[in-house]
Amino acid sequence: MSDSPSAIAVSNLVKNYAGVTAVSNISFTVAKGEILGFLGPNGAGKSTTMRILTGFLPATSGEVQICGHSVATETAAVKRVIGYMPENNPLPEDIRVSEYLYYRGRLKEMSRKKLGPRIDELLELCDLKRVRHRIIGKLSKGFRQRIGIAEAILAEPPVIIMDEPTIGLDPHQILIVRDLISRLRGRMTVIISSHILPEIEMTCDRVLIINQGRVVAAGEPAALKRELLGRARYEIEIVAESADMAGLIASIDPSLEITSETMPDAEGFRTIELSTDHDSDFSEDLLRHFASHERFRLRGLTRAQPTLEDVFLAATKRSWDVVDRPVGKSETVNQNS
Amino acid sequence: MRHFLTILGHEVRMLLVSPGTYIAAVTFLAFMGFIFAGILAEYSTVPQESSPAVAFFELFWVPVIFIVPLLTMKSISEERRLGTLETLLTTPISTGEVVMGKYGAAYLLYISIWSATGGLFYILHRFTQDSFLLDLGPLIGGYLFVAVSGLLFVAIGIFASSLSRNQAVAGIFGVVMLFGLIIGTQLLAGLATLNLESFSAVKSGVEYLRVFQHLDDFSRGIVDSRQLLFYVSGACLTLVLSVLGLEAKLIHS
Repeated sequence: MSDSPSAIAVSNLVKNYAGVTAVSNISFTVAKGEILGFLGPNGAGKSTTMRILTGFLPATSGEVQICGHSVATETAAVKRVIGYMPENNPLPEDIRVSEYLYYRGRLKEMSRKKLGPRIDELLELCDLKRVRHRIIGKLSKGFRQRIGIAEAILAEPPVIIMDEPTIGLDPHQILIVRDLISRLRGRMTVIISSHILPEIEMTCDRVLIINQGRVVAAGEPAALKRELLGRARYEIEIVAESADMAGLIASIDPSLEITSETMPDAEGFRTIELSTDHDSDFSEDLLRHFASHERFRLRGLTRAQPTLEDVFLAATKRSWDVVDRPVGKSETVNQNS
Repeated sequence: MRHFLTILGHEVRMLLVSPGTYIAAVTFLAFMGFIFAGILAEYSTVPQESSPAVAFFELFWVPVIFIVPLLTMKSISEERRLGTLETLLTTPISTGEVVMGKYGAAYLLYISIWSATGGLFYILHRFTQDSFLLDLGPLIGGYLFVAVSGLLFVAIGIFASSLSRNQAVAGIFGVVMLFGLIIGTQLLAGLATLNLESFSAVKSGVEYLRVFQHLDDFSRGIVDSRQLLFYVSGACLTLVLSVLGLEAKLIHS
């Protein structure tokens, strides 16, 4: 396994807490240099999985390999290759920022000579220069969060695991963190969990959605959208007879179908939803056809772009209904029926 | 070892910037100063047989029961409460190194606070020049006893801290355990029941554990290897239990 290209390989991971199954049979792999977004509702088992990956919690069963080292048997080796930022980013209260980073660097077996310049670099990178001599306990959430991120990447480990790194940051700071994480792409393998879905969509190469301790979807954000939502949707505000509409729409493309329509409002406009499983954009065709007929009065046309949020909602909702059905075409998802 | 020194340095610094340490040190020194003054007042009225150092170290337990928990209660429970234990244990260090580092720092501080009481004897020596009042034998014996017994007492404090995420609870645990060890054995030894023939084994066990007996011996200049072994092995056992306490909480957290 040590010569495998994947930085993280998790197979059939199970974790039980006093009779409650927090993680149930999760399997996935993360390639070297990839940024994986870890999504799931609260209590889905994200933090537990991350803690097991770092070797902080022992797994009930299953196997985790990080850079070819087994977490269960070579914990010390695993701890040398990860940078971890836990949930809620715990920091000691009465210590100065630069002192804290120095202490952590020493614990991570960095040499004194390398540590000084590295800390300067990180303080610059994370915009912490102003507070380097301040006491951590007196800093605001945004600063503390960035200290946690700086600490995780301090020793330049090949694998970085961050549990909700952008929570509590303002939009400007989120931008900084996003740039920071993007800069790690290709050099380090990163797993981040977050509730801020656009954030994940923008930074991550691949997302893994888990719910109730199971992987419910995995893959690239774009592929997931296609797979889970499947269809492009159009919303049209129009004055038209239903029968007329159906004929015209079928003539544009047979795959188009009306999924819902509302009652006419005071001016006679109705909102009609169309959907298709084709990838090509029909907006122009629709506009042209409706405009060319006198009897249709078109007021608006939108092509709905599914966001990761829709994917997330669809994936986590679906798993509530059919928990045991295997989902996801991605090669790495391996549900046990 | 490398990590031990890193943690030790960090912990000593953390203890030195913590107000609790200074409160503990000042209270301790004030208390010991009062005791010392009281002893001297007694000596000035009635002639005594033993040197003041003997009487001074007789009361070692009063500050120990309060100072040791004050110095140690924060060590592990604070890390657990803040969650920094998680970041600490995901670096390449072992739980043993964490416990030893914290123990080492607390012990160093305990010893340095005690050594400050040397000033009391120095002042006495400066102003009286009386060789009886400053008998070196009991003095060295007393400090040696403090250093050796401190190994176990501080370890007990660390152990108490590893049991709870609440500092106050850890502190109370510490006080109770130290009280049981120091005063409890003394009270047990005084029980008349133990003089019965059938309890002779228990009696010798209690005698062996009696901290005050150890103090007596040390003050008289008797350094018994069994007593040294008792404190050293007791400290080792307690520290092993602290490591287990730390790890058991990891598994069940």
